[in-house]
Amino acid sequence: MTHIAIADQPEEELHEPSSFVTKYIWSQDHKVIAIQYSITAIFVGLVALVLSGLMRLQLGFPDSFSFIDPSAYLQFVTMHGMIMVIYLLTALFLGGFGNYLIPLMIGARDMVFPYLNMLSYWVYLLAVIVLMASFFVPGGPTGAGWTLYPPQAILEGTPGAGGGILLMLISLAIFIVAFTMGGLNYVTTVLQARTKGMTLMRMPLSVWGIFIATILGLLAFPALLVSAIMMLLDMTVGTSFFMPAIVSLGEQLDYSGGSPILFQHLFWFFGHPEVYIVALPAFGIVSDVLSVHARKNIFGYRMMVWAIVIIGGLSFIVWAHHMYVSGMNPYFGFFFATTTLIIAVPTALKVYNWVLTLWRGNIHLTTAMLFAIGFIFTFTHGGLTGLFLGNVVIDLPLSDTYFVVAHFHMVMGVSPIMVLFAAIYHWFPKITGKHLHTGLGKAHFWVTFLGTYAIYLPMHYLGFLGVPRRYYAMGSTEFVPDSAQDLNASITVSALIVGVAQLIFIYNVIRSLRKGEKAESNPWGAASLEWQTPDTPPKHGNWGPALPVVYRWAYDYSVPTAKQDFIPQNMSEEEVERVDDSETSSTEGGEDVKNIGDEPVGDNP
Amino acid sequence: MKIAIVLIILVVGSVIFHFVSPWYFTPIASNWGTIDDTINITFWVTGIVFVAVNLFLAYAVIRYQKKKNTKAHYEPENKKLELGLTVFTTVGVAIMLAPGLFVWAKFIEVPEDAHVVEAVGQQWQWTFRFPGKDGVLGKTEVAHITPANPFGINPKDPAGRDDILINSNEVHLPKDKPVKVVLRSKDVLHNFAVPQFRVKMDLVPGMVTYVWFTPIKEGSFEILCEELCGLAHHTMRGRVVVDSVEDYQAWLNRQPTFAQTLKVAEGNPEQGKALYAVCGACHGQNGEGNLAMNSPNLTSLPEWYLVRQLEYYKKGIRGAHKDDPLGQQMAAMAGTLANTKSIRDVAAYISTFSDSPADKTVEGDPSSGYSYYVTCGTCHGKEGEGNFGLSAPQLVGQHDWYIKRQLENFKQGIRGKHPDDQFGFQMVLMARVLQDEQAVDDLIAYLNSLNDK
Repeated sequence: MTHIAIADQPEEELHEPSSFVTKYIWSQDHKVIAIQYSITAIFVGLVALVLSGLMRLQLGFPDSFSFIDPSAYLQFVTMHGMIMVIYLLTALFLGGFGNYLIPLMIGARDMVFPYLNMLSYWVYLLAVIVLMASFFVPGGPTGAGWTLYPPQAILEGTPGAGGGILLMLISLAIFIVAFTMGGLNYVTTVLQARTKGMTLMRMPLSVWGIFIATILGLLAFPALLVSAIMMLLDMTVGTSFFMPAIVSLGEQLDYSGGSPILFQHLFWFFGHPEVYIVALPAFGIVSDVLSVHARKNIFGYRMMVWAIVIIGGLSFIVWAHHMYVSGMNPYFGFFFATTTLIIAVPTALKVYNWVLTLWRGNIHLTTAMLFAIGFIFTFTHGGLTGLFLGNVVIDLPLSDTYFVVAHFHMVMGVSPIMVLFAAIYHWFPKITGKHLHTGLGKAHFWVTFLGTYAIYLPMHYLGFLGVPRRYYAMGSTEFVPDSAQDLNASITVSALIVGVAQLIFIYNVIRSLRKGEKAESNPWGAASLEWQTPDTPPKHGNWGPALPVVYRWAYDYSVPTAKQDFIPQNMSEEEVERVDDSETSSTEGGEDVKNIGDEPVGDNP
Repeated sequence: MKIAIVLIILVVGSVIFHFVSPWYFTPIASNWGTIDDTINITFWVTGIVFVAVNLFLAYAVIRYQKKKNTKAHYEPENKKLELGLTVFTTVGVAIMLAPGLFVWAKFIEVPEDAHVVEAVGQQWQWTFRFPGKDGVLGKTEVAHITPANPFGINPKDPAGRDDILINSNEVHLPKDKPVKVVLRSKDVLHNFAVPQFRVKMDLVPGMVTYVWFTPIKEGSFEILCEELCGLAHHTMRGRVVVDSVEDYQAWLNRQPTFAQTLKVAEGNPEQGKALYAVCGACHGQNGEGNLAMNSPNLTSLPEWYLVRQLEYYKKGIRGAHKDDPLGQQMAAMAGTLANTKSIRDVAAYISTFSDSPADKTVEGDPSSGYSYYVTCGTCHGKEGEGNFGLSAPQLVGQHDWYIKRQLENFKQGIRGKHPDDQFGFQMVLMARVLQDEQAVDDLIAYLNSLNDK
């Protein structure tokens, strides 16, 4: 390595904030931007949560809510999906956690382009505002399904075919601009601003996950951008990129020669990596949470890194498994089924390694740990059902049924959200200097974990039965027994309970901010750099006068020769307190071992 | 500790749920048992992994819970174990993938003796076409699609003249004969799916796709559109009736060819006039309808709609429900029309009437009604003018009490539930959006406001 890391270069101006406005609004501090991203993302996420509740009301209790007509239903479905995938999960993992964690975990003072970073947030906010505006245009938001398949997305006969789809496409384009600004920043920061000693193979897996996910995003989002622009042109100036000659609602239209399947290829060339844009940061973060709270190094770190890289690479050659029944050349099925099932191998290895990290650990069942363990369960479930859908012939009966809905909610709805909560409970003390309340946190965990399983396990079976997704109502159909409606009602009840239970979380956050127990700088006894800051919460510039120097990987937990059960990354060999030789052989431990990482029980809320 | 016990309960519970669940695949009615076999293999492999991983997880949590004065084991890597797990997983994946690819190869290779039927999708209906005696489907083009030629068959292509057209949501297929269903869409993406046959495929405008299967059970199976195709996606249903070869042939022989559909004589209003005398007793000499006789205004109804409804009445598709005494009356009257020709004649005569004003008897809030009408207007037109392309009749100009009764009939399944009622099913599902009488009244108030325009 001959390049000069930023860490070795003379320090530059740090854009020290001078007023309230520059500190909290037009802030260039990655931590403030991270919080701005997170709050905005969680806000739109709540909107999408309410939409899912409305959707479930119609499915669970059809003919009971007169304001949910077929248009409204499809609009709820579409907006729920798009918001959750793009505006919540992508923004929160990368704009939120990426922004907060990257500089702190690699020992940098900030992102390398702080101004661009600030711009990224404000452009993201603009994208959110444009998206929300579509609720208020005549005809309402688009109801084309989150995949926005043409021709129907831009034709009469689909809800929101006027202003709704227009604003959706514009909002996506703006979002991609915002993402590109943020993404370039994250990648450059990881490559250029690592502190002395922080080699790539010493980075925490959180950074690896976010780093690779960002690269995926930079390569995948352009496909969505061009397809959005092409569809806008089809809609406004009458090009025929995606529009063949058609008769719509009895009228011959002026299009000819376009290919609807071209859009699907472009969309899924983005859409499949998008799954991993959400999943890889989750993989990374959960690895760190498991390791810290099990007081044990992540098992097979190098394999975990390579698995992230390989999964990221493979994710670009599996996209057409979303299109087995799209009418594309059926010979593609052989290739995409094979690549899809191959991706299961590195993914399965990650699951094994998480479980093996717990094996022979010293497991602290903190709230964060509960969410992380919950994630292993939900992700295993969701990953395994993916093997059904990825195996091309099995997709024939199951495609476009509730099995698909259940599968992708387990794998990229529930699972990443389990990780998000694990991450919030884990890093909240660092971000705010306060602990979240443990009792409330655990209540939140139990309802969310058990509730979501009660939603999605039975939903797979509606799919086996053949109940199609995106149906406003089933009506009476011979092959669907009446009991399926009871099942739907019970799913709705579970969904509403889970939805309302999120209020516990919001209450917990607000309450803890105001009167939560004060947190020390490293309450869990974590080894990675972000816990070693001189101040909690870290101040502007993160590290005080001198940048930390890194001597080891981020997982030195329970090292047999060390007295403490963790060694911070920035602790040099000389600083480590060693135990006497006689005690080193025993992992059952000497009496001097400090037990760190207990969660405060907390006062009663 | 709690979490470990819960994990064990969830694992055991999931397995039990799987075995006791009454919600599982419908009994198969096609040759694709091999798909079910592949699913079973996948279930075993993934099921074992699911149980093993999660029980091991639970065990690890129980065994290695935090203990005082204990350190975790320090073991960054274990190459042998990691390699072993990689090999184990790869083998598991291969066991699932291999049969899958094998069956897929069969799926894309259509047997040579398969007969061909075309399924045509449009918002939100199915129609079907058989190739006729020459065994070749005539060429089609969107530009040829007109009311008289809904399939868009090129009239100059000789191969198209003998094509047999099924202008209905219901198609018949012979048992035990492999069939290649050629799929074509006129407007947006659709999907041809029959759960009992296991296979499905999208219909894509601008191109032709296909799917093949062999029905192995006689019976009637629902076709569902499983690719979102707009507002009324959930109402886009059809039906495959699997017959014995003889019954199928007899059914097919009754269906018209393309050439025949082009030659159907227009109704003759002169001859219809005499036939109308009976109708006039209730519907009025100028088709204006009569509240006292419960007879709707005929002048607002398009000719094609009158023809279809009269045929439905005559065949017992409409007006046969036991709770529909007025419909039964009408069915009896339609029975007096001797044949298709007389139906066309009388409809042609009714079309000569000039528009007669509609009664206004229902009170409601038109602005609230508008929000309901947005859904209706997708098919019936923004001004309630109807749309032949979607088989949706005109609504403006009709007596409001009649519309109200029909909506109630649809909601209660008195009208539209007959399996041969091609579009009734859509209305049954759509009328349910109007959940109470107030909603119906509001909607009608809005329609009345359209009448005033």
